[in-house]
Amino acid sequence: MWLTWALITIVIAGYFGYTLFLSDDKSEFIVGPASHGHYQIEMACETCHTDAFGGPEILQDACENCHADELKASRDDHPKKKFTNPRNAELLSLVDARQCIACHTEHQEEQTRAMGVTLAEDFCYHCHQEVGENRPSHKDLAYDSCQSAGCHNFHDNRALYENFLVENANKPWLNQISKLKAANFSHYKAPKPEISSKSETTAREAVAIVNDKIASHSDIHQQWAASVHANIQLDCAGCHLIEAGKSESRSWVEKPGIESCESCHAQEVAGFTSGKHGMRLSKKLSKALTPMSPTLARLDFHEQAQHQQLSCNSCHNVHDLNVQVAAAESCLNCHADEHSRAYQASAHADLWQAEISGEAEAGTGVSCATCHMPRVESNRYVDKARTIKEVKVQHNQNATLRPNEKMIRPICMQCHSLEFSIDALADETLIKNNFSTQPAVHIESIDWAMKREQ
Amino acid sequence: MLKKVAIACVVTATLVGAVACSQQTEVSAPAASKGIEPKLFTDSLFAVMNADRANYTKLVVARLGPKGSGVVKPDEHWEEFDNGTLLPAQMFRAGSEAVAEVTDEFTYSLQSLWPIGKQNGPKTPLEKEGLQYVVDNPGENFYGEETLGDVTYYTGVYADVAVSEACTSCHNDHKDSPKTDFKIGEVMGGVVIRVPI
Repeated sequence: MWLTWALITIVIAGYFGYTLFLSDDKSEFIVGPASHGHYQIEMACETCHTDAFGGPEILQDACENCHADELKASRDDHPKKKFTNPRNAELLSLVDARQCIACHTEHQEEQTRAMGVTLAEDFCYHCHQEVGENRPSHKDLAYDSCQSAGCHNFHDNRALYENFLVENANKPWLNQISKLKAANFSHYKAPKPEISSKSETTAREAVAIVNDKIASHSDIHQQWAASVHANIQLDCAGCHLIEAGKSESRSWVEKPGIESCESCHAQEVAGFTSGKHGMRLSKKLSKALTPMSPTLARLDFHEQAQHQQLSCNSCHNVHDLNVQVAAAESCLNCHADEHSRAYQASAHADLWQAEISGEAEAGTGVSCATCHMPRVESNRYVDKARTIKEVKVQHNQNATLRPNEKMIRPICMQCHSLEFSIDALADETLIKNNFSTQPAVHIESIDWAMKREQ
Repeated sequence: MLKKVAIACVVTATLVGAVACSQQTEVSAPAASKGIEPKLFTDSLFAVMNADRANYTKLVVARLGPKGSGVVKPDEHWEEFDNGTLLPAQMFRAGSEAVAEVTDEFTYSLQSLWPIGKQNGPKTPLEKEGLQYVVDNPGENFYGEETLGDVTYYTGVYADVAVSEACTSCHNDHKDSPKTDFKIGEVMGGVVIRVPI
């Protein structure tokens, strides 16, 4: 009898031991589905669980490894460093705000709400209950209403803090049709030298290969000839002839991967692999995953797009490099949720149609990318005399997606007032119909802030 | 019998010797591991903090701010401006948070009985007592011990005195300030320094 039990124990231990240490598929150990932010990468377990014997601090390091820069850029109102002073010991016994997992516990599907929050919705009250006493406007508000759209966010309040509300009060709902900033290229790495080589033989071979390809793909050559790549003299070899190891010779690659784009467009690829389009290709993952595909996603997608795999060329035609196609058409070829399907009938789409038909000035249309892949301006210090103003396209489409108040300053307020933007983003119906009507919701935060000014 | 007396003598001598040695150890051990007195430690830390804080207020904010050359813009929301710089209280807190990332051998915070941000009011009974003490007893510090979580701390509370017009006008004019008649030289709050013991 004991022999049977021992055998069963050994078999079970062997199975789980093999799965844990040797197998690539560790799905047996997933205690529950991951949140919408992480489900794509849940099979790269060691990305977060970096040490089998670590405690919360190990997970905290993993969270910060991917999210620290984003939190810093958001001017996080509740960073860990605000809670480490021992005077907070009593508050920390209620919510240990030093650890991300105190509020965002993974693999807890039933408890997980918007933003991956797993705490009860009244969590603000535990530390800020005096607000209800000190501010008449907040007196009768529900304990769980602080984080309603348009009022407060736990991390990012750049568009919601009181001074900003006051400074931007009483403006017309539509200020002007703003012109989109043109992206510039000063942050791109210089393209690799073309088919020149230290070795004349390999250079001659490369020229022969390229000429042969041009002869057999004249349509592609024509597309390329009218592109930005042709303008900067980056020819076929720049992307298709890949160095083979340490050898000076290069071999022709029919479909170059993301690495080829990354050699010049590092910033764009970094953005792409930080968001949901490309996170499965991120170098921060513990193991390589296949590219994201609509079949793996939780949103609605068109049937014909189900088996697409996402890479740079999913949105960009790599030969003509038509960014107008990439800005709307490419998105709508895949996305079939209510918001996306309503785009073509929206006022934003009318402006976009006017731009691409040439009736309106370049930069005045509102495409999907205008809102979800905005142009980001920054100053790059070169030397004492020179600071370059860079305009880049944010290729992480999740950077401003949620909470949606992140869109207010960099996107909505380029044309609209703060008040209209807050109300519009708080109106679920308006989001679904792609902002085709006026907001039916009014958030009173600006009214209350102005009342305190009197 | 003689043997028993001899054994008793040896045992007694051994015990006396052991006690003597242990007493000697007790006397010498603290001397070796005593280190700096908590009070001297917190007093020294405060001296540095106070000097840096006064200098930042006078030499940067007052001199280069809007009431000086106007080169920098001290503002609560300093990140909004290319030439924005932290208000003195924010600068002090930024230092405190940066120190907390390096060590937990001591912690410090700036608090007040009249805080603009309510989270900067006293939270523990000792903080309340200490902040009131430095207001009621100008020129004196407050010391005590308290247990927070499961750690006992030596806590020093030091008066935070208004050193320039920048301090008083900012607090007196702020819509969230519970006190609006601060004068230069008055105690506006306190620096609370804690050392785990």
